Formats: sequence, structure tokens, C-alpha cells
Amino acid sequence: MATAAATQTKNKSVLWDWLTTVDHKKLAVLYLIAGTLFFVKAGVMAVLIRIQLMTAENDLISGQVFNELITMHGTIMLFLAATPLLFGFMNFAIPLQIGARDVALPFINALGFWIFFFGGLLLSMSWFFGGGADAGWTAYVPLSTREFTGSGMDFYALGLQVSGFGTLISGINFIVTIINMRAPGMTMMRMPLFCWTGLIMSILIVVAFTPLAAGLALLMLDRLFMGQFFIPDYGGNAILWAHIFWIFGHPEVYILIMPAFGIISEVVPAFSRKRLFGYSAMVFAVILIAFLSFMVWVHHMFTIGIGPITNSVFALATMTIAVPTGIKIFNWLFTMWGGKITFNTAMLCASSFVPTFVLGGITGVMLSMAPVDYLYHDTYFVVAHFHYVIIGGIVFGLIAGLHYWYPKMFGHMLNETLGKITFWLLYIGFHLTFFIQHILGLIGMQRRIYTYMSGQGLETMNMVSTIGSFVMSAAIILLVVNIVYSAFTSERITVRDPWDARTLEWSTPTPIPEYNFAQIPQVRSLDPWFYEKVHGDGKMKPSEPLKDIHMPNGSILPFLMALGLFIWGFGMVMINMDVPTVVTGIVIAVGFIMTFGTMVLHSKEDHGYYIPLERVKKIEKEVG
Amino acid sequence: MADHVDVSQGLPAEPHRATLEGKNKFLAMWCFLTGETIMFATFFGTFLGLRHQTAGGPALADLVALPLVFFMTMLLLTSSLTSVLGILAMKKNNFKAMRNYFVITVLLGFGFIGCEIYEFYHYYHAGLGYTTSAFASSFYTLVGLHGFHVLFGLGWIITLLSRYWNAGVTLTNAHKFYAASLYWHFIDVIWVFIFTVVYLLAAGGA
Ligand code: HEM
Ligand SMILES: [Cu+2]
Repeated sequence: MATAAATQTKNKSVLWDWLTTVDHKKLAVLYLIAGTLFFVKAGVMAVLIRIQLMTAENDLISGQVFNELITMHGTIMLFLAATPLLFGFMNFAIPLQIGARDVALPFINALGFWIFFFGGLLLSMSWFFGGGADAGWTAYVPLSTREFTGSGMDFYALGLQVSGFGTLISGINFIVTIINMRAPGMTMMRMPLFCWTGLIMSILIVVAFTPLAAGLALLMLDRLFMGQFFIPDYGGNAILWAHIFWIFGHPEVYILIMPAFGIISEVVPAFSRKRLFGYSAMVFAVILIAFLSFMVWVHHMFTIGIGPITNSVFALATMTIAVPTGIKIFNWLFTMWGGKITFNTAMLCASSFVPTFVLGGITGVMLSMAPVDYLYHDTYFVVAHFHYVIIGGIVFGLIAGLHYWYPKMFGHMLNETLGKITFWLLYIGFHLTFFIQHILGLIGMQRRIYTYMSGQGLETMNMVSTIGSFVMSAAIILLVVNIVYSAFTSERITVRDPWDARTLEWSTPTPIPEYNFAQIPQVRSLDPWFYEKVHGDGKMKPSEPLKDIHMPNGSILPFLMALGLFIWGFGMVMINMDVPTVVTGIVIAVGFIMTFGTMVLHSKEDHGYYIPLERVKKIEKEVG
Repeated sequence: MADHVDVSQGLPAEPHRATLEGKNKFLAMWCFLTGETIMFATFFGTFLGLRHQTAGGPALADLVALPLVFFMTMLLLTSSLTSVLGILAMKKNNFKAMRNYFVITVLLGFGFIGCEIYEFYHYYHAGLGYTTSAFASSFYTLVGLHGFHVLFGLGWIITLLSRYWNAGVTLTNAHKFYAASLYWHFIDVIWVFIFTVVYLLAAGGA
């Protein structure tokens, strides 16, 4: 049985291998590729938006197309770019950091990826069927109901429903992995902070994506089956949507920032050559932030008119979040304080994250003052605020993580000179684009307007902002160039630990064998790898003898199941299109049967296979 | 998953949690049900917010036949009980008894679905269409979603039963039956809330 399995892995074609893989390291790469594609797509939209706003009374893009661009930009960036890119790093690093051979549920892991991916495709299909979604990423009713918007919003409701389900099951998989799969000695309070933030993010996904699923279902029923939830004529209530959306929406911003916090907490200690300052305070702070993030959603609805008492309560709750966030900021600063800092690209991104994120936090506290929010709300001030936290926080975190883990993932470094130029272009371009938007907002420029009149003092600042966005685009193009360039010119890395870092992923050989650890390590301290380098013999102590290693089989079922959901979703959208009902019914049925049929197929037992001991020994000799 | 459980002396006391795979699925199932709870809470909130918005159409108090709903509740509660008995039998390694209990569970579940279809049919003909009012939409959505969960649970248990009809209790199927029964209890608990929040409130005139 064992030898059969070993030859079996050899004969697969490359494409089949990637479609059927359940290996967390390969899924990480798939997440990064898919996330990057969506990121580039939404980035192009952003540049188009900025070009339209470059000059006053510009008529390059119509109001309708502009609405589609801002909606799709926001939706794609949050759900289909930032989330999968973060999932990519989580998939790669978390099992390694806790000393596991794979995630807890490899099949679910693959399923989550493919469902997210096909959900994203479904949303993107809208361009070919009458235009993208156009009611803003927040899809406020009644604007987003059947009366005012076309099939774009149907694609929005179903695409997000499908991709959200993928995100949900991936989140569950991470929770189970972190709780059940830790190596011996890896107690919760010895876990790297990236695992902690990953855990908290996943818990937030379970409790926040489910109200979103409910809300999207209501929207879909309203649009496709004439439900009466939101339209006042028959007793519906428009504020209901705002509540449901923001009960999801505010935790969502923390879902995204948490893993970025984690990346920063890995990169800063590694390149300051110091352990993370205040580890337990950091853990406490992320838990507190996660808890508070469910108490503040009404700060997005201050101007809806809920009343002064509610507004005050939620304003106070919102301000409270600044406290644990402040704890984190100071801990990063104290980690750097007195450290031997190496300013490579990863560290430049990580350290510049700190002041940029502080600026976003400060505008956040400003926005949380309900009475003044009447002034800021729906202006460019808000746009500036959330881009400071999202780009200054998440994107810088992602680029730091990319440069940090790249050698482990791909076996070579990214070019440092190009990397540093990328960083500076991005940093300067970012502040050029968004700092000035604070002022634009304060002097009264509304968000989501497709043009503005001349002679109101808006031209120069908008021009500056657009130029900044060109600089940012140059940075992203350079990053892609760097990836290609480095693939051809960078030296192969064979050492385990090119950064002299602290956590377990650096104790594995490069390239990492498919089973990660030949022997599951015994963890003796926080920063276990660093501990063994200083107090031990520079090798992890094994917690088990060398033996045959059990591995899960790959499977095409996740791909098919997700494809089925895609077909089902498309059929649902067809309900509102000009096609015969029979056709619609058939498409829906095909998708439905495909999904549930593969589910039934999956109930067949699959016990995986074993990599025999001799092969493990041979691989270890080759890479060691 | 590479852990070996010694079964030469018979199955362990908790066969569904004896392997790492079983433990993982067990925890994953609880996480999933947590999410489902919150999703249902959102639909409950929607219903509570809209239940007086009848827009001139019928209200639930005008239509509800409490005895039927009570009967449905009994069917579902009993099915939950039989699934518990099934799991107890599984822990005693008595596969035949477990199978029989699960078959009864399935039959009771279908009885419930039948009543629900009858109930909806009746309401529809009494003038409560899905699009009649905000109340109607939120009522059918909440109760219908629960009904869909029952159907899914039935499909799940039937798949397991047919897949393992003659297999006996093993370490690889114990956690599957356990997860399905957990899901079934969850459906039952949701129904208890629907019974009180939707039907009793309406019948009581609140
Ligand atoms: C100290 C922390 C923070 C505070 C006090 C805060 C406060 C606020 C407030 C009050 C608003 C509503 C503004 C309005 O519409 O008038 C807002 C909007 C927003 N914030 Fe934050 N925020 C904080 C951190 C974050 C983080 C970490 C993120 C993302 C990673 C984020 C993303 C957003 C987004 C996306 C919006 C706009 C949503 C929209 O209307 O489309 N915020 N924030
Ligand atoms: Cu918020």
C-alpha cells in the first residue's frame, strides 16, 4: 500500500496536482495567486476612479459606471483580495508555527479555497451581464433593491454568499487546527502572535460572516422572490439592513487587521533581534479588541437618527477600542527600542505600519464622536480614515509578510534593492493619495460622487491625490516585476533560517518536505527555535521517533463542489434575467445536484496513505 | 491522524472522540453550529422586528392552528430523543440498535416536514403569500429555513445509514454519526425557539 501511494504521487500531471491538492503549503500559493489577481483587478478600478476625479467636471466615465467601479473596487478588495492574501500566509505559516504536519481538516481547507474562488468569479461575471454591482460595497437598501438596481446586485448577493461560505469554513478549519494540532509543549501562551491573531480572526469570521450570510439571503429573497423585508410599502424596514450589515461590517475590519497585526508582531522582533515586548499584554489586547468589535457597529449609523442615547453609548464603546490598540502600538515600539534593527524591505514595511496605523486610529477616534460625525460622515474624511487603516495596516502588513516568508515559500529571496524602491514608492504614493483626502473631506467633498464643480477649491487637491495613486500603481507594478526578476536571478536558498529568526517555521528545511516535520518537535519555550539556538544545540528536540508518516489523499471533489455552487448561484441570478424559466430551473438543479452529489461521494471513506520510513529518511538526507 | 487506537480490547468508551480526526470533526462541528446559531439569531431578529408589519394581510394569530404546531413539536422532540438513544447504543457498540433508532429519527423527521408543508399550504390558501407583507416574508423565511435544515439533516442521516448499513460501529464512522446527531439536536433547539417566539407569542396575542 505504501509503495503504491508513493508512485501514485509521481504520476500526476502538474495541473491535476494543483486542482486536487490538499497540502496547506500549496493552497497557500493558490490563495496568494488568486488574491493577487483580484487585487490587481480592483487596483485598476481604483486608478480609473482617480482618473475620473482628477479634474473638475470630468466626463470620462459616466455616473453609472463610476458607481459600478467604486462598488466593485471596495467589495473585491475586502472580500476577494485582502482576505485570501491573509489566508495565504495563514495557511502557509500557522501549521508550521505550531509544529503540525498539516491543518486539521485538509479537505475543508481545499474546499474553502475553491468556494471562495468560484464565489469571486460569480461576482465578477456581472461585468458580462449588464454591468457590475452599483449600490456601494455596503449595498444600502432601498438603493440596492430590485427597484433601483440591475442584475449586478444579484451577482453581488450570490457571489458574496458563495465566497463568504468558503471563508467561513476556512475560518473553522483554522480554529480547529490551532486548538487541536499544536505540537507537544506548544501551549496556547507559547504560540507565536501570528497564530493568536489568526485564531481570533477565525473566531470573528464564525460570528460575523454568519449575520452577513443572513443579510445577503434577505437581500436575495427581496430581489429575486419579491420578499418584503426592506421596502416600506408593505411594512419592510430599511434600517434593518444597515444594522445587519454593520453587525458584520465592523468586525470585518478587525477580521482583516488581526492577521496583519500578527505579521507585524513576527517581523518586528525578528529584525529587531529582540523578543516581542509584552507578549501576554499583546494576547490580551487582541482578545479585548475582538470582543469590543461587536459593541460598536452603530458608529457607522450615527447619522441615521437612532437617537442621542444610543449614539453616545456606541461612541464611548468605539473610543474604548483605542485603548487595547494603543497597548499594541507601544509594545511594537518597545520591541524596536534598543534592538539591533535591520532595515530590509520587510522591516521597513513593518515599522512604517506603526505610525501610519496610528494616524488611521486617531481619525477613527475623531469619527467616533457622534456629534462631529455629522460633519465627517460620507465625506472623503472617512475615505481617508479607512484607507489609512487598510493600506497603512493591511497592505503594508501583507508586503512585510511577503518579503519575510518568501524565501521559505519559494526557495529564494526577493531582490532587496527593488524591494526598497517598492516600499518607498508605495509609502510616498500612499500618503500623497490619502493624506490630502482628509482635508478634502473637511472642506466638504462628499464620497461616492462621480464629479464635482470647478471653482470650489477642490481641483488641486484631487489632482495631487490622483498623482499619488499613479505612484502607488508604479510601486505595485515594481513588486510584480521583482517577483518575476527574482525568480530568474536570485540565488537558491538551502539554509533553514536565512533571517536568523525565532519561530518554528524556520526550523524546517528549505524547500519544506510535504510532511513539514519528519519528527514533530518538542517545544520548550516561547520562540522555540530561538530558544534551541541559544540554550540547545541549534536543533529542535523531536517528540517522537522517526516512523512512517500518514498523509491525506488529494481530491478533486472540493473543486467540483465549488463549481456546483457557482453554477447554482448563476442559475439563481438568471431568475431575474430574460431567459425561459425552464432553463433557469435546469441550471439551478444542475448546480444543486453537483454540490450535494459530491458531498455524498465524499462520505466514502478515505484513509490517506503512508510515506514509508525509508523514503522519509531519503528526503531528509537530500534536504538536510 | 497518525495516531493509533488499540481496538483489540473492543472500542473505547467514546468512539467518536478517540481519534484525532474524530476530535477535529467534533470541534469543527461545534464551531459550525455556533455560526449557525448566530445566523438564526439574525433571522429571529428580523422576524421580531417585522412581525407586526402585516400590511393589511392576515397575521399569524388569525391563522395559527396551535394543536398542529404542538404535534410537530412533539414529533421533532421525540426524534431528538431517538437520536440520543442511537448515540447511547453506539457508545455501547450496539450497531443494530443504533441503526434502528436513527431510522425512527428519520421517519419522525419526515413526519415533521409533511406537517410543515401542509401548514404552509393552509396559510397560503388563507391569504398569506410570501410577498403579502413584511411579516409574511420574515415568517416564511425563518420557518422555511429551519425546514430546509431539517431536510438537510435527513439527507445527511440517510446518507450515513445507507453508506454504513452493515458496517458496525467503527472509529471512522462513530464521529460521523455523532456529528449528524449533534446537528439534529441543533435543529431541534432552533425549533423550540421558533415554537415560542413565533407561534406562542402569536397565539398569546402579544
Ligand atoms: C481605533 C480604531 C478605530 C476607530 C475608533 C474607528 C472608527 C470608525 C468610525 C466612527 C467610522 C464611521 C465613519 C462614518 O461613516 O462617519 C469608521 C469607518 C470605517 N472604518 Fe474605522 N475605526 C477604527 C479602526 C478601523 C480599522 C482597523 C479598520 C480596517 C482595517 C477600519 C475600517 C473602516 C472602514 C472600512 C470604514 C468605512 C466604512 C464605510 O462607510 O464604507 N477602521 N471607523
Ligand atoms: Cu466600524
